[in-house]
Amino acid sequence: MSFFYDTRIRALFYQSVAIVAVLLIASIMFSTASDNLAKQGIATGFDFLWRQAGFVISETSIAYGPTDTVGRAIFVGIINTVKVSLLAAIFGTIVGLLVGIGRLSHNPVLSRLMLTYVELLRNVPLLLYLFLWYALIISVFPPVKQAIQFFPGFFLSNSGLAMPSVAFESGFEPLAVASVTSIVAAIATRIFLLRRHRETGQERPILLLSLVAFALPLIAVALVSNITIVWDIPMVGKFRLAGGYQIRPEFVALLFGLTLSVSAAVAETVRAGIQAVGKGQWEAATALGLPRSRTMRLIILPQALRLIIPPLTNTYLTVFKNSSLAIAVGYPDLVMVSNTVMNQTGQAIETIAIFMGVYLSLSILIALLMNWYNARVALKER
Amino acid sequence: MKHTILHLCTAAAIGLAATTAHAATTLDTVRERGKLICGVSTSTPGIAYPDDKGRMHGFDVDICRAVAAAVFGDAEKVDFVVTNINTRFQAVQSGEIDILSRQSTQTFSRETSLGIDFGPTVLYDGQGLMVPKTLGVTSAKDLTDAAICTLPGTTTAQNLTDFFRTIGGKFEMVVFESPDENRAAFFSGRCEALSSDRSDLAAIRAVANNPDDYVILPETISKEPLAPAVRQNDSNWRDIVAWSSWMLMAAEEKGITQANVDEMLKSEDPEIQRMLGVNEDLGKMLNLDTKWGYNIIKSVGNYGEVFDRSLTGIGLTRGPNTLWNAGGLLYAPPFR
Repeated sequence: MSFFYDTRIRALFYQSVAIVAVLLIASIMFSTASDNLAKQGIATGFDFLWRQAGFVISETSIAYGPTDTVGRAIFVGIINTVKVSLLAAIFGTIVGLLVGIGRLSHNPVLSRLMLTYVELLRNVPLLLYLFLWYALIISVFPPVKQAIQFFPGFFLSNSGLAMPSVAFESGFEPLAVASVTSIVAAIATRIFLLRRHRETGQERPILLLSLVAFALPLIAVALVSNITIVWDIPMVGKFRLAGGYQIRPEFVALLFGLTLSVSAAVAETVRAGIQAVGKGQWEAATALGLPRSRTMRLIILPQALRLIIPPLTNTYLTVFKNSSLAIAVGYPDLVMVSNTVMNQTGQAIETIAIFMGVYLSLSILIALLMNWYNARVALKER
Repeated sequence: MKHTILHLCTAAAIGLAATTAHAATTLDTVRERGKLICGVSTSTPGIAYPDDKGRMHGFDVDICRAVAAAVFGDAEKVDFVVTNINTRFQAVQSGEIDILSRQSTQTFSRETSLGIDFGPTVLYDGQGLMVPKTLGVTSAKDLTDAAICTLPGTTTAQNLTDFFRTIGGKFEMVVFESPDENRAAFFSGRCEALSSDRSDLAAIRAVANNPDDYVILPETISKEPLAPAVRQNDSNWRDIVAWSSWMLMAAEEKGITQANVDEMLKSEDPEIQRMLGVNEDLGKMLNLDTKWGYNIIKSVGNYGEVFDRSLTGIGLTRGPNTLWNAGGLLYAPPFR
């Protein structure tokens, strides 16, 4: 009888019941849906992924053409989603960190300004901002025919920014190898010199030596191998600018909107994190004669980071999911491509299942990465 | 995220609603409910749009009214539901709506794999392109390398791609989910051209600040036979929708109008007598009232009247949508 009163056993029992109930309901729903679909003669399954897509996507990071498969089109959408969310997360974090620190400034003008920035961005739905940024871009900048050439080869219009791009006619591989070698060499030099400094106390110009280590492999390759660079400069075509590298306004509007929304969230998180670090830390640093900026960088921020990481995870998850608003401003993300596919094949359930699956697994991946990082920076109690 | 949630709900609804929808025939369900539920498009002038009192108008709307008149003898017994372009067919499958009258193109794969049946083509449309006059373009073939704004999916994106593949050109496609954003991008010069069904382009041109600044190019790059759709395997219901649509065309052919339908009851023409239920009851064979045809014409008029009321106003000409004996494609099978 005591077996039954054991809280752990009871908890286990209730949890098992809950899991069984959920699975049961899910399986009933699934079998009813598939029965009904079969009865109505509606095609099911994922065969449509191997059909020819037959539509163009204006922004692609991998090779894609209308003769490729539906599956590849969806993959292009996934890459676009990841690209814009990743960039927004990076830029948003940098801006947010600065704004968050600015919020705590003793300068009342600066701190009020930052407060206004944060409140404006946090209290208006992102979708409205996206519409606003997009409308501004396409109405403020001139049509592509009257594109502004603000620097030779750089064109700005409501069709985006076109700029020269480089292509290697030869010598790309050795250069790539050299670049990697440079980075590794620079980091290794820095680590080595820092350790020497800690062990022996020798003062060496660490930054300068690291730069030298970085430059050497590049110079060597430049001297030895034959590198030919071809410039691809945008040209005024019949309607559009042809060639070069083009950044489209749909992408800019989305990236800008997402970045600002991330930055506001990060700013608040950073402010809270900094304020949570004990006042005594500031006082101790001041007593040691450290200036404010170094105190912030070396003492306060590292401690605040422990408090910042968990809410930051949430922010990153949100930006990733919010990127699906892309469809409002015409950026071909996963949802937009899926919608087109859904429309053409009529396989709504399968397509929704795919993009739910993608969002779920990528979200879990982000959470896992952030948790791993959190565990690394967390206070280690020994 | 709004759209995603909508999709999920509709997808879930297929599983749940489909079980109840198949218990009775659609006609029984509609009669019992006392109302027809009709899926239409979002506010498009000429096709389906509410006036300032909230009353719906437009070509697709009148098709629904005709069916309501046939079933209830009252064209007002319709509830209009705005359907999402991505989930409109699921709304028919699931029984959420009785008829989809939403500028939907009849295609092979839709008919065979989506669990729906199409009625007769009520509007022979085709995809076209609209450009600003100042561009100086007179043919769609001159649009190589241009940016073209369009709405997602349907057959539009594929037709454009096919067209430019045929002429060996490239183009940049800019796709918007919302019709408003799509129009704004075109009118501000983000795209050189806007592509959609010609009826839709006419509607968009009609609401431009200065309609005369825009021109719809002569090429029709696809066939878009627009037809109402119903759930599969309900033959009686499909017949009702099909013959209600044909009744409109036959009425124009026979010269029966909303105004003269009462006089026509005295007509000597045996087919008119059959259509109006004067001496032979075709209605019974559809499980409808004897006066079903009379009711349709009395409440919405004939095809020509329906077309003029909605589509002539936005600058659309009859084109292929004239009667077969006048060189057009409208051909109602005999009422006998």
